[in-house]
Amino acid sequence: MKILNKLAVLVVAATGFVATGTVGAQQQDPQELVKRISEEVLETAKQDKGIQGGNQRRVLEVVEEKILPHVDFERMTQLAAARYWNQASPEQKKQLVTEFRSLLVYTYSGAISQIRDQRLQFRPMLGNPAEGEVEVRSQVLQARGEPIQLNYRLEKSGDSWKIYDMNVLGAWLVETYKGNFASEISKGGVDGLIKTLTERNQKLAENAQRGKGS
Amino acid sequence: MIRAKRGLLTMILPLALVLPGCATTMPGDPLEHYNRSMLGFNDAVDRVALQPLAMTYREVVPDVVQTGVYNFFGNLGDIWTAVNNLLQGKVAHGVQDIMRVVVNTTFGIGGLIDISSQAGMEKHYQDFGTTLGVWGVPSGPFVMLPVLGPSTLRDTAALPLDWEGDVWMQVNPKSLRYSGYMLRTVDMRASLLDASGLLEDAALDRYAFVRDGFMQRRASKIERSKEE
Repeated sequence: MKILNKLAVLVVAATGFVATGTVGAQQQDPQELVKRISEEVLETAKQDKGIQGGNQRRVLEVVEEKILPHVDFERMTQLAAARYWNQASPEQKKQLVTEFRSLLVYTYSGAISQIRDQRLQFRPMLGNPAEGEVEVRSQVLQARGEPIQLNYRLEKSGDSWKIYDMNVLGAWLVETYKGNFASEISKGGVDGLIKTLTERNQKLAENAQRGKGS
Repeated sequence: MIRAKRGLLTMILPLALVLPGCATTMPGDPLEHYNRSMLGFNDAVDRVALQPLAMTYREVVPDVVQTGVYNFFGNLGDIWTAVNNLLQGKVAHGVQDIMRVVVNTTFGIGGLIDISSQAGMEKHYQDFGTTLGVWGVPSGPFVMLPVLGPSTLRDTAALPLDWEGDVWMQVNPKSLRYSGYMLRTVDMRASLLDASGLLEDAALDRYAFVRDGFMQRRASKIERSKEE
């Protein structure tokens, strides 16, 4: 049942994103930032009646409010597109970032709806904050099974830290999307990738409208 | 028992023969063509049999019983994990795994309750594929196994030993053994129902997504095992 194990891992990975939230823009320790956001989102997800009842729109609101301000989607998209990024026109880049961002938001929202009794634990972070780049490492403890490793790469931009990649059980999100992006681009160019992303998002938006889970 | 293993082996072995002659689409994934069809096959099995069973199981079976099922098989699995941790030279982990089994089997009513985790003795998971990796054997290409799912050539070669180390494999009569495996499989699938929906949403090309995620996770697991 390795399949399932692995599949599960990937999916649970999405839950990882859950662990990012809201704080003011003041200067601070990246680990404290991730900790605060994570705990806030976990608490909200556990207590909010709307989320517990499967209200997709409520979940989207929480993601929008608590997580998005701390994620650098442009960097994320650029890294996932890798060498193809420079082939894209400014307009294409903008569309890619928008669509990729929506896709991730829908996925994370789906993960948040599944939070029940998880607890978080942090391990010492890697890297030196003074150098503007760190990896914050956490684990999600669950009632069943091994702890889920959940790490974040953060970069300092101006006074604030932004998340630009996350690792679920050993797999980096950007690295995992790289292959997907490359195969879509090799089939239909950058526009092909944008089209695939847009269609997927439309489908997910319809599901959210109907208030269904993913 | 032997026949069951041979059955699976005959499904897996042709891979080794197919390997050199395979058309390459993606560098590092020489078996892509075969793997993609196998993923299609696994999906079909899942849709027709496993997923509906798992959904019924989740609806009908009380949570306490589901947790008991998971813990029971997890406890048996800890024995093989202990062996592998010792083979990897991680004595402290191996000893802790053995302690887990002893505590859970006695105080946890035959493994139904995972008292060790509650007491802070972390659960590890190891198999012989990781052990080979720690010993320096490279993973080889990605392989999608029938029913069992994502693997690598190295981990596939390690499977017969993993089965040998699976205590439940020794259970008799066969009817009980296979019912047990069925139950374990359905329970595992049930715990992944939400997750598989998410994967469906997130992946543009599900095969590539599963492959790239799996290969990274496997490599990282081995790196971590080496450091521990």
